[in-house]
Amino acid sequence: MLSRIVFVSANAVKSSSPLGAGLVQLSHLHTSPNSQAPVPALPEKGGKTRHGIIPEEIFQLLYPKTGVTGPYVLGAGLLTYILSKEIYIINHETFAAACMGTVIIYGVRKFGPDVAAFADKLNEEKVQKAQEVKDLAMTSLAQAVLDEKKEQWRAEGRQMLFDAKRNNVAMLLETNRRERVHMVTNEVKKRLDYQIALQTLHRRMEQEHMVNWVEKNVVTSITPQQEKTSIAKCITDLKVLAKVQQAKATA
Amino acid sequence: MADRIVPLGEKRLMDVKLGELGSWLGKRDFTPNGVLASIRNGHDRYYNKYINVKKGGIGGVAMLLVGYVALSYMWEYDHLKHDRWRKYH
Repeated sequence: MLSRIVFVSANAVKSSSPLGAGLVQLSHLHTSPNSQAPVPALPEKGGKTRHGIIPEEIFQLLYPKTGVTGPYVLGAGLLTYILSKEIYIINHETFAAACMGTVIIYGVRKFGPDVAAFADKLNEEKVQKAQEVKDLAMTSLAQAVLDEKKEQWRAEGRQMLFDAKRNNVAMLLETNRRERVHMVTNEVKKRLDYQIALQTLHRRMEQEHMVNWVEKNVVTSITPQQEKTSIAKCITDLKVLAKVQQAKATA
Repeated sequence: MADRIVPLGEKRLMDVKLGELGSWLGKRDFTPNGVLASIRNGHDRYYNKYINVKKGGIGGVAMLLVGYVALSYMWEYDHLKHDRWRKYH
């Protein structure tokens, strides 16, 4: 538990920037710049210790020969030995050590889990911040990849755009050409119509003039003598016709 | 039985047989570099086992403190000898 405090305080001393989140695992970085293997995760729990100060390995070592109580008996025997031979001397410091030990053990027992949870929370926050940065980077990069692909797809479609534009231009040119052809035909037709109208006018005038002239000549050539004879002929014809009519009516 | 034949000088202490202890000590590297390397090695082993973990216990630091107390007691023993209660044990 104290080791977690060591970590937290060390990192607070090292840097207080958000990038310090990565320093939680500082000692776990690759020291050589060449290895690309993923860094193995930290072990969850440290080596086990009995009563906080004796590594569990001692107990496992002695278990086959002496069972469960072996190391404790060993400890008691050692204690008796160093006390009786006064390798450990009982003096005023012993009392001070006993008081301090009591206070320390009481403090650890009582506040240990709380401090551990607090340190865990701090570590968790750091890891979470780093994770957020990483996630943000990942999403933005993935988005950039998608955008890039979309741009590539758009670039492919530009060919179709060019074709459509080319078609448009061709259509405009064609329309223009047709308009001009139209205009040309209209103009030519107008001129030809004018010529035709001119010719018909000419012919009509000649015709009328000729007719008038013939009429005039005929009228002037009818002498009075001819007039009288023609009138007499008409009268006799009429009489005959009347006779025939009468005959038909009575028949 | 053994995977490969390891030269005596490189065996770990727990693998050395009692009879070979003398020659094993002779083969160990006692140059300053070697001593520093062994110190660093021991430190790394202790650190990675007890401190560089996600949920360390009090044991990692407590063992260091107990060791410090014991060492300082040993260094002061000549001075403390005068506080002995009996002269003959």
